[in-house]
Amino acid sequence: MAVRVQREDFDCGAEIAALTAGRTEIGAVVTFSGLVRDSGGLASLELEHYPGMTEKALAAIEAEAVSRWELQASLVIHRYGRLAPGDRIMMVATASRHRQAAFEAAEFLMDYLKSRAPFWKKESGPDGGRWVDATESDEAALARWK
Amino acid sequence: MSELRVRYFAWLRERVGESSETVETGAETVRGLVDELSAREERYALAFADLSAVRVAVDEELADLSAPLAGVREVAFFPPMTGG
Repeated sequence: MAVRVQREDFDCGAEIAALTAGRTEIGAVVTFSGLVRDSGGLASLELEHYPGMTEKALAAIEAEAVSRWELQASLVIHRYGRLAPGDRIMMVATASRHRQAAFEAAEFLMDYLKSRAPFWKKESGPDGGRWVDATESDEAALARWK
Repeated sequence: MSELRVRYFAWLRERVGESSETVETGAETVRGLVDELSAREERYALAFADLSAVRVAVDEELADLSAPLAGVREVAFFPPMTGG
């Protein structure tokens, strides 16, 4: 179980290999990676966060996932700083004996870290900068886990 | 009066013009602090004009405007989060 908040890029394949090395009880690994999407004219994406609270919030979300599903391992990596279209923003990985726990826990982690981890995105393009708004669907996604 | 560290993120940081400051306050709740700051200078009043768009953390934990400030070291104001 680990959480990393970092400026640097990461290698999804190497992370999965490290997560599962020597862990022959693991039968399923689910990963999700978020990328910087260019919907037209995006020059860069600035990710701001709240150092200190970010790590605590992600660790709390991960601990909640571990309490709800039988996970053998989990990992959350989230970047901050200036990113370009196509760059990796974050990844979650969950590992379990059977696939259902890994799938569900990965979705849970994503739903919660979208609207409960203190990150904010600012898009820069030809018309200047714009803060990305939270969406109603992000908040609604939490309801199914209550 | 007590001394608090107040932090601002995203567009709240831009409107207030600071990312962090030390504030002397007599406020008993986060809402009281918001009212005090808003009365102090226009930039705070503008940043806090629509409180439905403002989220709060007290000592790095999510809280709401009614959260008490007794014993608190740090309060942060920011818009709804957009991680992932």
